[in-house]
Amino acid sequence: MSRKILAASGIAVYVFLYLPLLIVVAYSFNNSKLNAEWVGFTWHWYKVLLEDDAMLKAAGNSLFIALTASAVSTILGTMAGYALYRYKLKLLPVLVMAPLAIPEILVGVSLLIFYVSINLTLGLGSIILSHIAFCVGFVAIVVRSRLSGMDESLPEAARDLGATPWVAFRLVTLPLIMPGIIAGALLAFTLSIDDFVITFFTAGVGASTLPLQIYSMIKIAVTPEVNAISTLLMLVTLFIIVVASRISPDSIRGK
Amino acid sequence: MALLEIRNIVRRFGDFTAVDGVSMSIESGEFFTLLGPSGCGKTTLLRMIAGFDSPQAGEILLDGKDLVSVAPEKRPIHTVFQSYALFPHMTVAENIAFPLRMRGMGKDEIGAKVKASLEDVRLADRGGRYPDELSGGQRQRVALARALVNRPRLLLLDEPLAALDMKLREQMQIELINLQREVGITFIYVTHDQTEALALSGRIAVMNAGRVEQLDEPSKIYDSPKNRFVADFIGTCNLIDAEVAASGDEKMVLEIKGLGEVMAKGKGEPGTRGTLALRPEKVRIGSHLSPETEENHFKGTVHDFLYMGDVTVYIVEVAEGVHVEALLPNSAAGRPRILAAGDPVEISWRYDAGTFLHE
Repeated sequence: MSRKILAASGIAVYVFLYLPLLIVVAYSFNNSKLNAEWVGFTWHWYKVLLEDDAMLKAAGNSLFIALTASAVSTILGTMAGYALYRYKLKLLPVLVMAPLAIPEILVGVSLLIFYVSINLTLGLGSIILSHIAFCVGFVAIVVRSRLSGMDESLPEAARDLGATPWVAFRLVTLPLIMPGIIAGALLAFTLSIDDFVITFFTAGVGASTLPLQIYSMIKIAVTPEVNAISTLLMLVTLFIIVVASRISPDSIRGK
Repeated sequence: MALLEIRNIVRRFGDFTAVDGVSMSIESGEFFTLLGPSGCGKTTLLRMIAGFDSPQAGEILLDGKDLVSVAPEKRPIHTVFQSYALFPHMTVAENIAFPLRMRGMGKDEIGAKVKASLEDVRLADRGGRYPDELSGGQRQRVALARALVNRPRLLLLDEPLAALDMKLREQMQIELINLQREVGITFIYVTHDQTEALALSGRIAVMNAGRVEQLDEPSKIYDSPKNRFVADFIGTCNLIDAEVAASGDEKMVLEIKGLGEVMAKGKGEPGTRGTLALRPEKVRIGSHLSPETEENHFKGTVHDFLYMGDVTVYIVEVAEGVHVEALLPNSAAGRPRILAAGDPVEISWRYDAGTFLHE
C-alpha cells in the first residue's frame, strides 16, 4: 500500500516538473500565434527565431559570457577547492561558500552598487565578472569533494619518487581530480547561461542575454518564438547535464 | 660511518609529542624495523626520513650529510606506502617508469628498465594493466618494483603487508627478505606486528610514546626484554611482581609473594622491586615432571586452558593469586590427554628462562 503511494507521489512530482516543459516544447512547433490550442506542426517559429537579430545577438552574448565565465571560474574554483582541501583555514570556506547561500537578488543589487561606485561601465564585462563571482564557489565545492576522495599518499608518492610539487600536481593530482574539474566547469556553464537575476542587475542598457531577451519578449506577449528559443536552451542544458553525469573516474583514463 | 644517523629527533603536534628525542644509526644493507603500537611515533619518524615532515629539533644525516633541509624529491630515499599509492590513472608499466621519468632518463632506457623490473617481480605480462585490475599481492609487488627501480640508498616501508591476508602475508615476508638480500638496499620497515618484525628484521627498534624502548637483534629483544613494555609487547609473557632476595654475578634469587624463591638470570641489588618476565614456551608443564632438573619447580592446579591446535596454553595457579602461563605442544609424545581445569600439575623452568626487569 505504502509502496503504491510512494510510486504515485513520485510520478506526480515528475509530471509536475516535466509536463510544463513538454508543453513549451510542443507549442514551439504549433502553427498558431497563441499557446492555447494545437493547430498543426510547423518549423515557422524556429525560422522567425533565426531572423530575429536581437535574439541571435543575445544568444551570442549568452554563449560568450557562459564560456568565458565558466573557463575563468573553473581555474579560480579549482584553486579555491585545492586551498580548501589543503589548508584548514577557518574563514576560507565561509568566503567561498557564502555567495552560494546569499539570495541572488542581494548579490545582484550589491554588485550593481559596487560597479557604479567604482565607475565600471555596465555591459558584457560586468556580467562576466558577476557570473565568475557566483560560479567560483560551486566549482570549488565540486573540486574539493573530489580531492577529499583522493588517497592523500598519491601526491606524496609522486614527490617521494622525484617529482617537484608542481610536477606532482600536474601528473598525479590534476588527472585524478579532472572529472571534478570538468563537472565543475559544466555546472558553471549551465549556471551562467540561464542566470537571470544577477544578469538583470549588472547588464546595463547595451548588453542583453538570452534570459533577459526572453523576459523582455514575454512582457509584450508570449509568442511561440519564446517557446522555440526555450526549447533550444533546454537542449543545450540537457546535453551538458548528460555529459556531466557520464563523467566518472574511469572515463578520465579512456576506458 | 652509518648510512643513516638520527640524532635527538623531536616532533610535536600541538601538545602531543609524537617523537620525543629519538636517536639511532642504521648501517648500510640493514633490514631495520621500527616496531610499536599505533601512535608510538614510528610513522612520524618514517615521514621525517622521507621528507614529508620535519623535526622541530635534532638531526637526520644520510652519509654524514644533513637531510632535513633536502626536499623529498631530492632524497635518494623511496617509500612503499601502506596503501601502495599506485597512481590509478597510470598502467603498471607507467607507474614503474615514473621515478625514471622524473630523473630525465631516455625513453629506450626507461623501457628496458621497466621490462627488467616487471620480470623481477614476476609481472611481465601485467605491464599494460591498471592497478585496480591487480590482486593485493600483485599491487604490493608493483609498489616495491616502483620504489626500487631507481636503486635508492634507502627504502622505507610503511606497514606494506597490513592490507594482505595472513597466508599471503607470510609468503610476502619471505619474498621481502629475499628481495632485500638480492638488491642489497637498506630497508627501514615500520610495523605494529611483532611477529612480522621478529621474522624480517636484522635489528628492531621497539618504540613507545615517542621513545625507543629497546634497540637490538630480534632474539635479544625476545629473550632479554629491557623493560616491562617490551616484554609485554613482544610475544606473550608472564609478568610477575618480584623482589631481589640475593644476587650473584649472573644468577639471582627472587622472592615472589605467595610462591617463594625463584632463580633468575642477571644481577641486582637485594631489596630491589621489579618484575619477573617469563616466556610461556620456556615453562615445562606435566602431571608429573621428572626430578628436579630445572632450578624452578612448582606444584599447582590448572586454572584454565586454551586449545590452539598446534599448542595448548595452560594457565596454572601456583599460589593464591599467582598465575603462570605455560605452553604445551600438542604433538608432545606420550602425553596421555589434555589436562583439564582443576587438574593438579607441576611446572618448571630453568633459571635463565626468566629475566628480572627493574622498575
